[in-house]
Amino acid sequence: MKDFLSSSTGIVTAGGIIGAIAAYLVYLGNPPNMGVCVACFTRDTAGAIGLHRAGAVQYIRPELIGFVFGSLLSALAFREFRPRGGSAPLIRFVLGFFAMVGALAFLGCPWRALARLAGGDLNAVVGIAGLAAGITVGVWFLKTGYSLGRSAPNRTAVGLVMPAFMLFLFLLVALEVKFTSDGPVFFSSAGPGSMHAPLFLSLGAGLLVGVLAQRTRFCTMGALRDVILIKDFHLLSGVIAFVVAAFAVNFLIGKVNIGFAQQPIAHSNHLWNFLGMCLSGLCFALAGGCPGRQFFMSGEGDADATVFIFGMLMGAAFAHNLDFAAAPDKFDRAAQLLVIGGPSAWGQSAVLIGLVITLAIGFSMRERIR
Amino acid sequence: MSETIDTRGLSCPEPVILVKRAIDRGSFPIEVTADSQTAKENVTRMAVHSGCTVTCETHGDTFLLRIDRGV
Repeated sequence: MKDFLSSSTGIVTAGGIIGAIAAYLVYLGNPPNMGVCVACFTRDTAGAIGLHRAGAVQYIRPELIGFVFGSLLSALAFREFRPRGGSAPLIRFVLGFFAMVGALAFLGCPWRALARLAGGDLNAVVGIAGLAAGITVGVWFLKTGYSLGRSAPNRTAVGLVMPAFMLFLFLLVALEVKFTSDGPVFFSSAGPGSMHAPLFLSLGAGLLVGVLAQRTRFCTMGALRDVILIKDFHLLSGVIAFVVAAFAVNFLIGKVNIGFAQQPIAHSNHLWNFLGMCLSGLCFALAGGCPGRQFFMSGEGDADATVFIFGMLMGAAFAHNLDFAAAPDKFDRAAQLLVIGGPSAWGQSAVLIGLVITLAIGFSMRERIR
Repeated sequence: MSETIDTRGLSCPEPVILVKRAIDRGSFPIEVTADSQTAKENVTRMAVHSGCTVTCETHGDTFLLRIDRGV
């Protein structure tokens, strides 16, 4: 299995399985075109523990817990658990923060962009174009000497922080803990946060994805980056398999609806779909991995990836507390009008400020090339 | 003119970029030190795609790759 999963057939097989799981999780209860969305699930988790108070998006997503433990178990089994850290953690926190701000302007991370595409949501095409644009800028920085510096090996405890945090979250969701009578942990009673597959199916799906992705290095950002950087289609073949398999499952369960308008938990404000994903893509490229990959690397003991995820949690909290997150399209029945969603003026400003800050990081974190 | 590159601790895809630059410079053989299976796989795949030959020795958690011009 060790050699198979790192082969080109392996990445296609793994990508296909992950895509099929993502689509099937919708059938099992997850929100539409959101079988797996790493950004949305991080946002829901932030809400559940009270970091933001948007009542519709609060749930500790067991898939993410599975991602970390699947990756941890796989890394331990294949002797790839390497506690490490110290590569510009604070910059990674900021990149995680703005990756989330961008994702919530689009309403999804690259994983959900693929899932939305596989459900027929053509706004995802605009988002993926933005993602590619952001990654292209990131590749230019990488080619001109951008580096966050080396990480260094560290003690086992460093690599166990994220699994410990995930274990804590698992206990909170499994026991449905209430710290105060009306307080956290919050679980949405309506909206996307209230829609979820049964706990242990979500966890099991996450574990399987975690193992497969740890072995294959599945990365939705790396897929585009490697094509742009070195014309390597290895990871992209896995991503294409994800979309094809997710589409096939969506088709079988009758969840394909092709078009731009009124797609579930999405808006058709093209400019901000593009710019939101552009910001996210740049952040992921500068941090060396898509949000899923950051979870898998944190399971392998990478403390820098863990810091990136904490940045995402903070980004989600700010995005919902300060009204950065986009509103979906709505149909006004009284006026018989389609109201196009998108981010508020605050959200638009946050995306633009995020672009300026990430560009500044790109320009300033460069070494002279010999 | 040979070259040695230490990729230990670098984030993806920096190891690949450093080695690709060395291949483009033609400074064979290139000896690469890597500390992760991911970096080893990525560098090997890129070097083989660039028409080079790659041999790998494993020393504990460290991989020593030797990249030569392909025949």
